[in-house]
Amino acid sequence: MRAKKHRPLTLGILGILLVALSVGTWFATSDDAAAEYADVIINNYSDDAAMRPVIFPHWFHRIRFRCKVCHADLGFEFKAGGNDINMLKIFDGEYCGACHNSQIAWGVENCVLCHSGKPNQKTGVHNSTADRLVAPVGK
Amino acid sequence: MTDRASIIAVLSALVIAAGGAAPGIAGQMPQPAGEAPIILAQATGPSAANTFNRLMKRPSSEPNIQPSKDGIHDPANPGTDLLQWPSEAFADFPKTNDGNRVDWVKTLSAGLIRPWTELDDPEAEPFVMDLTIVRQVKGSMPNVVYPHLQHTEWLDCTNCHDEIFIPEKGANQISMAGILLGQKCGICHGKVAFPISDCRRCHSQPKTAEELRRLSEKSSWAK
Repeated sequence: MRAKKHRPLTLGILGILLVALSVGTWFATSDDAAAEYADVIINNYSDDAAMRPVIFPHWFHRIRFRCKVCHADLGFEFKAGGNDINMLKIFDGEYCGACHNSQIAWGVENCVLCHSGKPNQKTGVHNSTADRLVAPVGK
Repeated sequence: MTDRASIIAVLSALVIAAGGAAPGIAGQMPQPAGEAPIILAQATGPSAANTFNRLMKRPSSEPNIQPSKDGIHDPANPGTDLLQWPSEAFADFPKTNDGNRVDWVKTLSAGLIRPWTELDDPEAEPFVMDLTIVRQVKGSMPNVVYPHLQHTEWLDCTNCHDEIFIPEKGANQISMAGILLGQKCGICHGKVAFPISDCRRCHSQPKTAEELRRLSEKSSWAK
């Protein structure tokens, strides 16, 4: 009798767990595939510093600057995560700080405009051809 | 007791509905951890054969979606909603089927954008070079036509020479496998510049009849 009395409650909890799991699966699978081509997640130091990772949108920047400005003049390597950028360098006008100085683009006090990514994401370029292959290569 | 029973009934219905709608239960491709799986078939519909995901599309592959819904920006971040939407920026740009769905070369040549060349002089013009290189490629694939002009519109000579490409005929080994792994042209193409799936934008010069004849003589398949 006692066991029977608790059965509906157990089923209810199981039900809630299953709903949570299904919804969780849905969100997990609808992740990250929609991000813009060439968006770069930069998380060399952000997670460790309790900041959201930086999302660098190539599309936004190439509307305003030719590749040459950052990749030849400012010294950005052609590799996601391959540039040792930190806030001190940015304050001193290196890397992002060459423009993000309240003169050409928003200043460093607007932390959340760049540090805007979901936490715990890996550094890398988004939606590359290699990433979009059904069978992954070179991993 | 009756109340509890009805709550359970509602919950069970929810479980069935959510379970049925969840993509996780349909056939999935094995994927590395942390990546969205590709759903091959949905459990609903006439049969699995008809509903096979023939385009190998991932869920929510809607192009140029706003940052708060793109899966990588944090919607809880107060700055996310202040960012520009790609769909708004790209509204007037010539379209392609891949990458950002934007033909950046045409967008630039049509004057729809005026990206700076020098940080200290917004009016400075780029140093362009109009020299076209044709690479004879293996097999029957059309030869690759490489225009310096469109590349120097965006880039500086030092971006490629001499670290990535030696400026000498025959000195550079290039393969599609390497490009897919991010070498040579693949340092930009497939990541930022138009993707590798856009084959004919590079492989654009058909082989001559003579080249094709010589190929078929060499090929053991043709015999």
